Amino acid sequence: MSASLATVSYIGATILFILSLGGLSHPETSRRGNLYGMIGMTIAVLATIFGPRVTIAGLPWIIGAMAVGGSVGIYAARKVKMTEMPELVALMHSLVGLAAALVGYANYIDPAAALGLSSAEKAIHESEIYIGILIGAITFSGSIIAFGKLSGKIGGKPLLLPARHWMNLIGLVVVVIFGWQFLHSESIGAGMIALTVMTVIALLFGIHMVMAIGGADMPVVVSMLNSYSGWAAAATGFMLNNDLLIVTGALVGSSGAILSYIMCRAMNRHFISVIAGGFGTAGGTVVVASGDAQPVGEVVAISAVETAELLREARSVIIVPGYGMAVAQAQHTVYEITQLLREKGINVRFGIHPVAGRMPGHMNVLLAEAKVPYDIVLEMDELNADFPDTDVAMVIGANDIVNPGAQDDPNSPIAGMPVLEVWKAKTSIVMKRSMASGYAGVDNPLFYKENNRMLFGDAKKMLEEVFVALKS
Amino acid sequence: MALMIGVPREIASGEKRVATVPDVVEKLIKLGFSVAVESGAGDAANFSDDTYRAAGATIIEGAAQLWATSDIVFKVCVPTTEEVGLLREGGNLIGFIWPSQNPELMQQLAAKKATVLAIDCLPRMLSRAQKMDALTSQAGVAGYRAVIEAANAFGRFFNGQITAAGKVPPAKVFIAGAGVAGLAAIGTAAGLGAIVRANDTRAEVADQVKSLGGEFVKVEYEEEGGGGGGYAKVMSEGFQQAQREMYAKQAKEVDIIITTALIPGKPAPKLITAEMVKSMKPGSVIIDMAAERGGNCELTEPGQAVVKHGVTIVGYTDLNSRLAKQSSTLYGTNLFRLAEELCKTKDGIINVNMEDEAIRGLTVVKDGVVTWPAPAPKQPAAPAKSAAAKAAPAPAHGHGGGGAPASAGKTAAIFGIAALLFLLIGAYAPAAFLGHFTVFVLACFIGYMVVWNVTPALHTPLMSVTNAISSIIAIGALVQIAPPLLGGGERADDWIRWLAVAGIALTTVNMFGGFAVTQRMLAMFRK
Repeated sequence: MSASLATVSYIGATILFILSLGGLSHPETSRRGNLYGMIGMTIAVLATIFGPRVTIAGLPWIIGAMAVGGSVGIYAARKVKMTEMPELVALMHSLVGLAAALVGYANYIDPAAALGLSSAEKAIHESEIYIGILIGAITFSGSIIAFGKLSGKIGGKPLLLPARHWMNLIGLVVVVIFGWQFLHSESIGAGMIALTVMTVIALLFGIHMVMAIGGADMPVVVSMLNSYSGWAAAATGFMLNNDLLIVTGALVGSSGAILSYIMCRAMNRHFISVIAGGFGTAGGTVVVASGDAQPVGEVVAISAVETAELLREARSVIIVPGYGMAVAQAQHTVYEITQLLREKGINVRFGIHPVAGRMPGHMNVLLAEAKVPYDIVLEMDELNADFPDTDVAMVIGANDIVNPGAQDDPNSPIAGMPVLEVWKAKTSIVMKRSMASGYAGVDNPLFYKENNRMLFGDAKKMLEEVFVALKS
Repeated sequence: MALMIGVPREIASGEKRVATVPDVVEKLIKLGFSVAVESGAGDAANFSDDTYRAAGATIIEGAAQLWATSDIVFKVCVPTTEEVGLLREGGNLIGFIWPSQNPELMQQLAAKKATVLAIDCLPRMLSRAQKMDALTSQAGVAGYRAVIEAANAFGRFFNGQITAAGKVPPAKVFIAGAGVAGLAAIGTAAGLGAIVRANDTRAEVADQVKSLGGEFVKVEYEEEGGGGGGYAKVMSEGFQQAQREMYAKQAKEVDIIITTALIPGKPAPKLITAEMVKSMKPGSVIIDMAAERGGNCELTEPGQAVVKHGVTIVGYTDLNSRLAKQSSTLYGTNLFRLAEELCKTKDGIINVNMEDEAIRGLTVVKDGVVTWPAPAPKQPAAPAKSAAAKAAPAPAHGHGGGGAPASAGKTAAIFGIAALLFLLIGAYAPAAFLGHFTVFVLACFIGYMVVWNVTPALHTPLMSVTNAISSIIAIGALVQIAPPLLGGGERADDWIRWLAVAGIALTTVNMFGGFAVTQRMLAMFRK
């Protein structure tokens, strides 16, 4: 295959990738979009393997590596539970990051890569390598920590070291100094030292960054790491003079950046403050300060049978799922209840907050897995105006995203965060294990509202009881 | 020392309600109070002395004795001069007072050095106050009873039926004013199977009407009628003209009219003229819930049910007493909630905290000083907030944009920085780099445009598919594994090969795993 043919194939692959992302604008077209992505990837890989830059000698290695990686990947994709999607995604980000770093190293020690470059070009090439490895290493270690936090192997509480901002700054300065040394190193061996030091710092920085972020901010982190993995690919593209990598990396990078932005806005938080550390720093003092504004009123508990009664008599029901539903694996029971109510002619809909769950769109995937039709699963903005006409709003394992304090209490740490206005429904039912506060550590005045009822207990167990009561 | 709450028998003629019921007595005692009830106070509402006694109350014979022993008196009706005479010097009184209509009563109460909380003066827009809102609870009961009275006076079924004896058309009910009473009437009438229409000058209640099963009839005239505090205001002449035409039309069509229109501090608006009554079908019914304030119908006789032009016009002013048990239970609960607010320490001592907005509004006389009217509460924040809430999500959902447009200064700064950056790159970077840079910048923009179009429901698949796509790094590893030899220098072949093999293996995990899991997820999304 000639170089031109390979390039044309790359252009084709690029277009297919763009179409692939474009297809996701609607569930109807999304499956075709994914297919485009697969075709694009196949074309790109084949064009490379049979292109001018790979000789036949490499083929066994390639096939061997791809067989190993591919089977691991497909096995993971088959086995993963939908509730564990955030973990899988985080893990996959780490792989991209690691691969980018490895490719960077390999490129550096390959003298052929820099052959025939002028000194300015060489400097640019080497800084591309340096930056590529930097981003790759941060993505790798950050994603590993994110995976640990999401899977509960590492605690969700933000780890806030003293003077952490200074530590980060010192790290940055060291990285810049060694970068300068790296560019001026005489031999590959000398450059290698700078490169290794930088990699270690980048790894530590990635760990430190994600450790300092609280559990509620995980959706932002996951999408941010998604963005990083894209930039790592783009940096690799610059390093290898490969436009396909640059375009794809830029696509993925901007996609992740937009997701981070959407998530931040959904929590009314600045991106910088999310990265700088979780709630508990600023939040803690504010909560104490507004202590005398504690919600007044009493919490009214309700039984599963009474819940079933309320649901049966309702004309319109909105269900607001949160991370608690995912933890309890209650989505299937939720769907059974939904089905039963819909058969009775009750209008049941789902309200999804952008940051419900641990990654963007997490709740949608869980509900889709339970076969809930996507046209009754609505976004917060589509649904918020309908709460006053709703008889029962059922909140399953969510807390901060339905906190009226975000609108009413300017002192609340989550003030200004858009929330689902469940308290405007005639009755709201909150399913919760206990009265503990959510990730933001904020007390929820909703629980004390007069039209609110609490259904305490494990979401799945309680919902099953509701379902049984509904059927009888 | 715990205070004694006293509940006298209501002495107003026809009044059957009582200010507390046995269930509430128990709760009051739990708050630390002791409760005394005048013998026979609950008889008219079917609560016997024995039930009060069983709940823990002391039964006291005679009003004089009761008023003398009570620290706090719970009442329903506005107290008479005699009753005020019985009130202890420096005592506390809670009940309906209507201070604007009873200035003399206010003076008498002040002379007694009393502390008086007028349940009718509750700041209704405080959501916290809703549990104490006796006007609402009583209006709800009255609205229900109004429909029952209508059904009683009406000679037909409410619901349409097809029977062996022939077809029965459903009754058509028109409800003027969709306040609390109106809404309760809508719900009740709809529940009985009638076709219910309703009108209100406040357009925002249309949704509430619909939610209760009614149909909202609009007046074809543009004017907003919310007057603050959940009440309507007086409308312009043009509007009233349009409204009269609408009422005249409804009067001809419907079987039952229930009117609930009240404007604070003014006589009830005359909505139904004698002409309209004449135009109604014989056997029709009008329930005038505003009879006490002059009535919404010209022919209403307050307190009476009369038949004029073949139409029964019911002007009962005691709808609540006609459902005394229910009214008393709700009223008693309202007062209990108020007692809770007054006695947060649960030790039976009340604290009339004038810093508390709800209590400040309720308190019309404090230790003999008239404190009515209360300073205007902070304007109902609800409309402004809902407007803001509506405005906020609007840009949030835009495609290709997101967020409000940045300010001009901010935009200029961003453009300035970008220009500087481009200048630097243009000045120093070699041509080959610029080619790639062009591609990079354009790709970022394409990504931006494309991704804003992704529906939020598919954000997780978006992440997994971008994950799969970013495994394109594999190409970087592929070209390193065995490039054609170009000569020049020795190459650390083994090192590079192993690094590249590891890179390929890692990225293919993503490549296959990412696409496979996306496929699995997308297959689940179905209608």
